This record gives sequence, C-alpha cells and structure tokens, in this order.
Amino acid sequence: MTDERLLLSGDDAVALAALHAGVRLGSGYPGTPSTEILETFDRLGGHAQWAPNEKVALEVGIGSAFAGARTLVTMKHVGLNVAADALFTATYTDVDGGLVIVSADDPGMASSQNEQDNRHYARAAGAPMLEPVDSQQAYEFTWLALEIGERWKIPVILRLTTRICHAKTVVRPRPPEQRHAACATAAQPDDEQAARRFRRDIPARVMIPAFAKPAHHRLRQKLAEIAAWNEAEGPIREYPPEAIAQGSDRADRAGLGIIATGVAALHAREAAPAARQLTFGLTYPLPLERIRAFAAEIERLLVIEEGDPVLVDELNAADLSAEGKPMRYRFGELDVARVRRIIAGDERPEPEPVKGKPPQLCQGCSHRGVFEALRDLDCIVAGDIGCYTLGVLPPFSAMDTCVCMGASIGVGLGLRHALPAAEARRVVSVIGDSTFVHSGLTGLAEMVYNPPPTGHLVLILDNQTTAMTGQQEHPGTGRALDHSPAHRLDFAGIAQAMGVQAVELIEGSDETARLDERLAAQLARDETALFIVRQPCVLAAPKIRRYEKAAAEEPDCQ
Amino acid sequence: MITNIVIAGLGGQGIVKASDILAEAALRAGFDVKKSELHGMSQRGGSVTSDVRYGHPEHSPVLSPVLSPMVPPGEAHVLLVLEPTQVEVTRALLHPDGLLIGPEVIEPGALKNRKSVNVAMLGALSTALEISEQAWTQAIQANLAEKLHALNAQAFALGRACGPGRVGRLTTQALPC
Repeated sequence: MTDERLLLSGDDAVALAALHAGVRLGSGYPGTPSTEILETFDRLGGHAQWAPNEKVALEVGIGSAFAGARTLVTMKHVGLNVAADALFTATYTDVDGGLVIVSADDPGMASSQNEQDNRHYARAAGAPMLEPVDSQQAYEFTWLALEIGERWKIPVILRLTTRICHAKTVVRPRPPEQRHAACATAAQPDDEQAARRFRRDIPARVMIPAFAKPAHHRLRQKLAEIAAWNEAEGPIREYPPEAIAQGSDRADRAGLGIIATGVAALHAREAAPAARQLTFGLTYPLPLERIRAFAAEIERLLVIEEGDPVLVDELNAADLSAEGKPMRYRFGELDVARVRRIIAGDERPEPEPVKGKPPQLCQGCSHRGVFEALRDLDCIVAGDIGCYTLGVLPPFSAMDTCVCMGASIGVGLGLRHALPAAEARRVVSVIGDSTFVHSGLTGLAEMVYNPPPTGHLVLILDNQTTAMTGQQEHPGTGRALDHSPAHRLDFAGIAQAMGVQAVELIEGSDETARLDERLAAQLARDETALFIVRQPCVLAAPKIRRYEKAAAEEPDCQ
Repeated sequence: MITNIVIAGLGGQGIVKASDILAEAALRAGFDVKKSELHGMSQRGGSVTSDVRYGHPEHSPVLSPVLSPMVPPGEAHVLLVLEPTQVEVTRALLHPDGLLIGPEVIEPGALKNRKSVNVAMLGALSTALEISEQAWTQAIQANLAEKLHALNAQAFALGRACGPGRVGRLTTQALPC
C-alpha cells in the first residue's frame, strides 16, 4: 500500500493492475460494462486490441499465455457464451503466462439482453473465479488472478458486475517496488519478448482424447489444491474483525450471520452492520471449511447473492442449512434497501423504481431513415444487438426479433423458410457493422448455402463504429483500438465472394432518401441480397474525421 | 457520517461528468468516496442519475465508512437535478427532509455556454457542502480538458454566487445514514 489514493472505476482499476503486473496483451470485444478496461489499458500504455468477437479474443489470449506472457481478455457476460467453446477446454490445458478472463455481468440488465449469472461458468468449465467488492479489490484481484493462474497454470475468471465496473471507489495501488518485481524486465519489454522461447508441451496443450483424459484429472487436482489454498490463505474477510468482536459480546451478534460476495457484501454490511459476515473473494472453488466453521457459530445463516441461487445451493448441498433470498430478488440488482427487506423477511411489494425517459435513437441518427422505411413497408424485421435495437421503440416500432449477436440473419432465414411466400417476402434481417463482423459472417454463409425459396435480404447498418458501447473500432472501420490505421474488411467484397446474388452499397443522403423504393424492389425479387447502408454515427462522425485526417498526415502508417 | 448526493438529468447533459467532479472534490477534501451510475443505453438521451457518497475515512479504524456505492432510494441528502422534467421522476430518491436543488437555481441566460450548466449547478451545490473551494477547483481541472478550464471556472463561480439564498443548508445530522 502506498499513500497514493486514486478514485477509479473497477474497469480502470483492472487496467491499472494489468499494467502494473506486466500484462503483455489485452484482447477483447466491446460490451457494457466491460468496454473501458481495454480502452484504459491502451491509454496507460498497455498493448490492447479489439478482436472480431469474444471467442477469437480468448483464443488469442490462450496463445499469448501459452507463449508465457501475462494476458488479459475482457468481455461482457453474454460474450463468455461466445467464448465458452474455448474456455471449456482451455481449463484442461497448462497455460504458462497468467491468463485473466474478465466476465462483466449485468444483473438488472442496464444495457444487456439478459441477466445471466456467469458464476455458473466457473463451475461448468472448472475455472477459478475471483469476485471483487470494489475497485480496490478489482485492482488486487487482477494481480491475484495472474498469480493463481501462473502457480497452477490455469485460466482464471475475474467476475465483475455493473456496479463494480462502473462505480468509482478509492484505490491504493501496490508500491512501485512490487510492480517492478512483477515485471522485472518491464523497462525493456522488447528484450523480454526477444528472450521468450516456445516451450513445447504436447500432452498439456493438444486436447485429443488420449491427452484430454489425463488433463481432466489434472484440472480436478488443480482445483482441489486451489480450494485448499483458499481455505488457508485466500482473500477471506470476516466481520466484525476479531479485534472488535473480542471487545464486545460476540454471542449476542451470532444470531444473524451473512455470507455475501461481490458488491452485495457491501450492501449487506450497510443493511446489517451488527450482523456477523463472511465474505470471500475466490468464489470458486469455495472455502467450504471456513464457511462451515463460520456457520457453526450462527443461528440464522443467510446468503446474500445477486442473481441465481448459486452459493446457497452449494452450501445446502454441503448440509449447511443456509437461507437464500426469496424468488423476487433473483430479478434485478440488489441494493441496500432490498437487502434490508431480505433480512427482515419483508414481503410487502417493493416500491416502483424511478421511471425516467427511455433512451432513443439520437436526433440525426443514420438509423432513423432505415426504420422509417421498414415501418412504412410493413416489413417483418429480424433485429440484432446495438443502438439500432432502439428501432423497436415508437415512433418506429420496426423490429420483431432480437436474441443475440448475429441472430438477425439466422432468425430471418428461419422465418423465410417457415412462412408462406407472401409473408416470407416481408422478412428483412437488420444487423450493425460491428455485429456483422462479430457473428454475421457465418449467417451470410448460411444464406447462400441454404437459401429460402423467396431469397432473403440482409441490411448492414454500417455506421462505421461500435456505437452502443461508446464508439469503439472494429475490423470493418479500418482502424485499430487506438484509432490508428489498420486493414479494413470490405463487406461488399466478402458478400460477392460468398456468392450473394445482389450486393448494393447505399451511401449518401440522396440514396438513403430512396431507400424504401430500393427495399421494395429487392423484396419482390426472390434473390439473396445484402445492402450496406453506410452513414457514420452522428456522435462518432467528428472523431472519425479527426482520425482520418491524422492518418492522411502520416502516410507512413498506411 | 455519510453524505448521499444524487445528480439527475438526461443523457448528454454531463451528469456523469458532474458526479466525477463532485467525487474527485470529496476525495481531494480528504473524504472516502464512492460514486456509481448506469452507462450504456442511458447515453442515448434517456434519464440518467448518478450517486455520490462520501464520508470521513477516520470515522472507523477498521471499516471503510462508505460501503454500498449506491444511494438507497429515499436516502439522498441532496438531489441535484439539471433538467426540469426530471425533478418529479427522481423526487422519490430524496429523503423527505433532504435538499432539492433544481435547474432554476441558475439565472436563465446567465451562463455563457449552456453546456457548462452541470458545473454551474455544482457551484450552487458547493454552498451547501463542506468541501473547500480549492478542492473543487482541482477537481474541475482534473476532469476537464485544459481549454475548458476558464469557461467552467466561470460557470462554477456563477453557480456558487447563485447558491446562498437559493440553496438551503444541508442538515445532514438530522438525516439517517
């Protein structure tokens, strides 16, 4: 600890810790509430890059860790679904460099399509999971995740939630001498990289059945050892601390004992300051014996956890007679008021949350004209994830489905296959540029491989940025994470190469003004078609002009 | 003693920036501080609220005085609202004895640049809080680009001058926390 006090979001704290701990590569895909981690890591001088999607980000991370480099991979909770294929086998392998996978969950769905609880992934994939309560722990646990990961050669999930990612709290970083110890050659990263040699270890990294069978046994052994470490040395806090407890009537406090993790631990301490509380940071594998010892001194053992009944079910499976929260608190975030109700067993209806003005497409947004046309043509719109999902709201009400990244194309095709021809011809898939790169390319392959009898029409709403998450770059913008020039994917060229029958670029106000005519004409044609409707996001446009100007002035970069 | 402040308005008004400045000022004044809000969809012109909580770190030798980063509904000591339409939708966040500071506290037309209304409102708020003017100045400079410092210093001073008489006193002691 130093005297340095910084006010940091959890995202920024993770980025700072990654820098201090010598992380060599950060890879991820933007997604609220995780996006700022890599942006900050880049701003602080780290090497950060956006991948086309979370699966690729994690695969790049696995390779980097195989090469012995400390590596950070970031994504929102639903991103881990995309990366899950890589995750479930990466845990069987031995990684040399620490590999931290940040899963930023969004209980309450501030900006997400579901409120899935990614604590299940730790259990399902056999990945140790750390859950900080605030930015200080987000900083410390990033270090700890690297240390655990390198000691046991295992990827570690750092699970944040919206209120950890975006809340700012005071952080005291590790003193410089520890940082230097962590990355002894940080001053000469090029030398360190030059000195790195690939270490061949086929049985630990090639997961064919002959090697994967013993690897699964090794994984369970690693987790058993990590559980023992967690019991003995893990980041476990008990309240009140011994010093206070001995000076007061401990027996008197033992009526209510709370087990809580993440930000819910802070809500619980505020809601019940007199209750005893056990909070642990390494939430998988659990320190079950510590919990058992705590429970033995408690009359009412209450588990306060956001989301699914993960902890309470595990404690009850271990015969600990734990009490969970009523079903209604499975929905949405917890806060101090809700935790007070859980503790009091208050079954009265909760007050309605403050309802303000809903978000909407910006004035001047390039998506507005598209959704007006789709509405006026009475299209059946298979939508996707991004700002343009707001096309579902009045005055457009021009979206009929939205499930996950890239689903617009597959769902649109399924609708076309199943509906009678007259109805099928109304179906249009609408997808953003960043989402298209993330998960739309395979949908396009499906369209040309299994075309419906009426054909299909896909619209890429190309606003030249990942707008919803705060205007990040992607492989279709021609700029890297730090906005420097990079290779740019050619959507029209891709569609033509794949064999899409009609490919059109619709650009400029004259062409977009006639969008309804062009859509109507194409819908009557029974062809496979891709229209790229290109107009920069109004919020991003000034920045894009600045980046383009900077690139033009530095021809060497191109 | 914890002071709970909620800043409310619409996306694009600089609500998050205002709470960043307030939290930074509280930090520089020596307090422990936490702040929290929701990002993402709220950027698209929708309602935005941001919670700031601060208190003395020396309050307890063991515990951090600010625990949850969110102000429990009905427990805000101050509700600072930048947009008239948002007063009623957020009023339930304010304690019945809490202090409401609405946009009318700034004289219409007094601001050179309407964009600095968030900092002007902080100036008005500052008259009710025990945070030094120096801490405020440092926090404004730390959170804004240098070319905006002069404009926002003026806006803050304007709000601070409007404050006395228009902004009530904060009686934190009378409130539960």
